[in-house]
Amino acid sequence: MNLLLEPWPWYIGGPAIAAVLFLLLFSEKRFGMSSNLKTMCSMAGAGKNIPFFAGDWKANRWGLVVALGAATGGFMASNIMTDGSIGSIHEDVVNNLNQMGITGAGVDFMPQALFGIEALTEPKVLVLLALGGFLIGFGTRYAGGCTSGHAISGLSDLQWPSLVAVIGFFIGGLLMNQLILPYII
Amino acid sequence: MKRTALYFSIGILFGITMIKSEVASWFRIYEMFQFKSFHMYGIIGTAVALGIVLTQMIKRNKLRSFFGKEIQIAPKPKLVKASLYGGIIFGLGWALAGACPGPIYTLIGAGYLPLLVVFVFALLGTYCYGLLKPRLPH
Repeated sequence: MNLLLEPWPWYIGGPAIAAVLFLLLFSEKRFGMSSNLKTMCSMAGAGKNIPFFAGDWKANRWGLVVALGAATGGFMASNIMTDGSIGSIHEDVVNNLNQMGITGAGVDFMPQALFGIEALTEPKVLVLLALGGFLIGFGTRYAGGCTSGHAISGLSDLQWPSLVAVIGFFIGGLLMNQLILPYII
Repeated sequence: MKRTALYFSIGILFGITMIKSEVASWFRIYEMFQFKSFHMYGIIGTAVALGIVLTQMIKRNKLRSFFGKEIQIAPKPKLVKASLYGGIIFGLGWALAGACPGPIYTLIGAGYLPLLVVFVFALLGTYCYGLLKPRLPH
């Protein structure tokens, strides 16, 4: 197995995420990605009218640097560190998605119908992406964290608000995946 | 400057991990919510299990950071309603757009440009939360 080029199994991915948590804690920072959205609102001047965004955003510049690194890592992993192979997706899921018109599971990293460049010219897809983005931004700030801040950092610190948030992630996720998505996609 | 390079490197490791482990894949997230694969649960489970050991070690032994200061881990605010309602709203978006806030940056870097739409509206969502915060149950 070539870890530089092939997709990683779960037992490599999990420890790699724990390594990111370790490095951030030992750098005197916390592992939380959604806070950057708040930082950017503050940078754009949202603090002038809304107290939630007031305060010194410069203290959170490190998070933006991490986000920039995350984008760079994404570029490297998908352009250089790859042999083009994709981990297999369960057959039932592939069939199920094909019926919904979402093809490419187990072949492409992302569905072209939603994330290909031509998706930008599909009004329906744009509305879905915009709605998804809005819910992500609103929900993570309301909950006080996302998958990194609550599911990884918070659960690692045995914080019960994080357990409540993660239960919420799955209630919302299952509702969308099983009940709503089949009708709107 | 040194610290900036450190944060940037950690971000690169995170971005590579999001792509190589396929956590940032819409297909993987869909598969997870269909309970058809152990992959995502294996990743989150191992990360949390190792994270608990790491966090407990830091707290019990009062470990020091790379820069020599004792590591402080701030507790999460004890807001049950906000955690649950916000969590549900985020979960809806996660399963729809197939990205959490971290992978949004990673996927844009990877060249999936429609994620820019997700990103702009995530900013708008965060802004609207800030606007409505005083009226929402926490």
